[in-house]
Amino acid sequence: MMTAEPPAVAIEGVSHCYGRRQALDDVTFSITPSTFAVLLGLNGAGKSTLFSLITRLYAIQRGRIRIFGRDVGHASSEALRMVGVVFQPRTLDLDLSVLQNLSYHAALHGISKHDGRARAEEALARIVLADRANDKVRNLSGGQMRRVEIARALLHRPRLLVLDEPTVGLDIKSRADILAYVRRLVVKDGVSVLWATHLIDEVADDDDVIVLHQGRVLTHGSVPRVLDAAGAEDIRAAFTRLTQATDAAIEGS
Amino acid sequence: MTVELVTLPRVTGFAPVQYAICLKGIVWREGLRFLHQRERFVAALVRPLVWLFIFAAGFRQVLGVSIIPPYDTYVLYEVYITPGLMLLIQLFNGMQSSLSMVYDREMGNMRTLLVSPMPRGFLLSSKLVAGMAVSLPQVYTFLAIAWFWEIEPPPLGYIAVLPALVLSGLMLGALGMLMSSVSKQLENFAGAMNFVIFPMFFASSALYPLWRVREGSLFLYYVCQLNPFTHAVELARFALYCQINWISLAVVSGCTALFMIGAILAYDPSRGFLARRGEPGGGA
Repeated sequence: MMTAEPPAVAIEGVSHCYGRRQALDDVTFSITPSTFAVLLGLNGAGKSTLFSLITRLYAIQRGRIRIFGRDVGHASSEALRMVGVVFQPRTLDLDLSVLQNLSYHAALHGISKHDGRARAEEALARIVLADRANDKVRNLSGGQMRRVEIARALLHRPRLLVLDEPTVGLDIKSRADILAYVRRLVVKDGVSVLWATHLIDEVADDDDVIVLHQGRVLTHGSVPRVLDAAGAEDIRAAFTRLTQATDAAIEGS
Repeated sequence: MTVELVTLPRVTGFAPVQYAICLKGIVWREGLRFLHQRERFVAALVRPLVWLFIFAAGFRQVLGVSIIPPYDTYVLYEVYITPGLMLLIQLFNGMQSSLSMVYDREMGNMRTLLVSPMPRGFLLSSKLVAGMAVSLPQVYTFLAIAWFWEIEPPPLGYIAVLPALVLSGLMLGALGMLMSSVSKQLENFAGAMNFVIFPMFFASSALYPLWRVREGSLFLYYVCQLNPFTHAVELARFALYCQINWISLAVVSGCTALFMIGAILAYDPSRGFLARRGEPGGGA
């Protein structure tokens, strides 16, 4: 007999509409714990909607989402404890200091002031921003803010980290730094990551890839499997081929 | 081969102390934000002081106020409008903190609050408590300045008025929160402020006793009676003189509960406007 952990995220038959517009159509995929999964899709593919559902900002209209076996709809508190979120728009309080932002987050998770401060200092040391703890967030660079947001998302020690286009608007170096940092979290700490992006070059060979296009999952699996499915040489070609085939099918119908 | 899923240890619920930490954190952040907006504090004080120093002085001769409860003697017009101005501070404060919720929502800060694993009703109630708490030092600072203007309620009144202010602060905050959930954009909300703050303030007993309004227009008198702001003002007016206006207490308590339930439902992901409003900000 083998034992296995429940998937870090299991999304089953999730559909979502805004009025008449269907943003997600029967989305199903799951992520193995301690892997780096890339949710690849163009703007408007439905990535942010999916994130809003995973984090309970919106109620699930149809389907089911479970985080390590906990249903977001029915056991949302338990599920949310296991998730750290980095949203696409910046969500730090610009007028508060870095430490104050982190302490606020700790309080929202019921973590005591003392413990919260210790965790915040440790987290800042890890992202090499310990010397900026008392600076106002306003005075940080875009890349630094993102790093603080990631540190904040990890403060309550979640087992799953979801990031919605975390590198948008950053320079090349900051992008690479953040990507490398989050990849290290997977390898060293066993955190599971769902990384949404439209930047194909952020996909590495051993990642799990989910291609989301017009609200539908076109393919899901390891990079070689996705390449096989698309009959392509590299992931960029695979993505183009898959999405174009879908667009053509929609236009043709 | 059978595969058995490992069940993770269940972590359910939160200890009371964790709720307390969360509430404290939310109030603390609201306080910090307030301290960072010094112009907001100044504006919050200048507004009622202008009414008190200029408007009331001008109208003192025009509007005679007869002896009405809770006053046991003729009072100056300044004395009469003080509770109304205290509530004006809270009204602006309530609208402003909900304005900041609209802003927060657009900027994404609201998401930080709402993805906390604490029950959403608790998070929103804490947010209301935080907004109300911020209004109290503003009101007391105003009262302190007014004291030099010879508005001298009995010393005990300063303490007795506190529970009234807590209740009215929650009511006005909940009203603002309810509005912020309906309003889609900042501009709409800023416009709505004019449609809420001014009518609520003028169609109330804040500036003139209702028997005077009745002489002018019976219709307006009923409007004022139905306006929860009137009752918030009267509750504070009586409390400031160590008395309880039971009708006002009932109305303000009822409205607080009603607005709070409405706001919590409005922010409920499955029922509320949040879900119906549409797509998440910053591209889908």
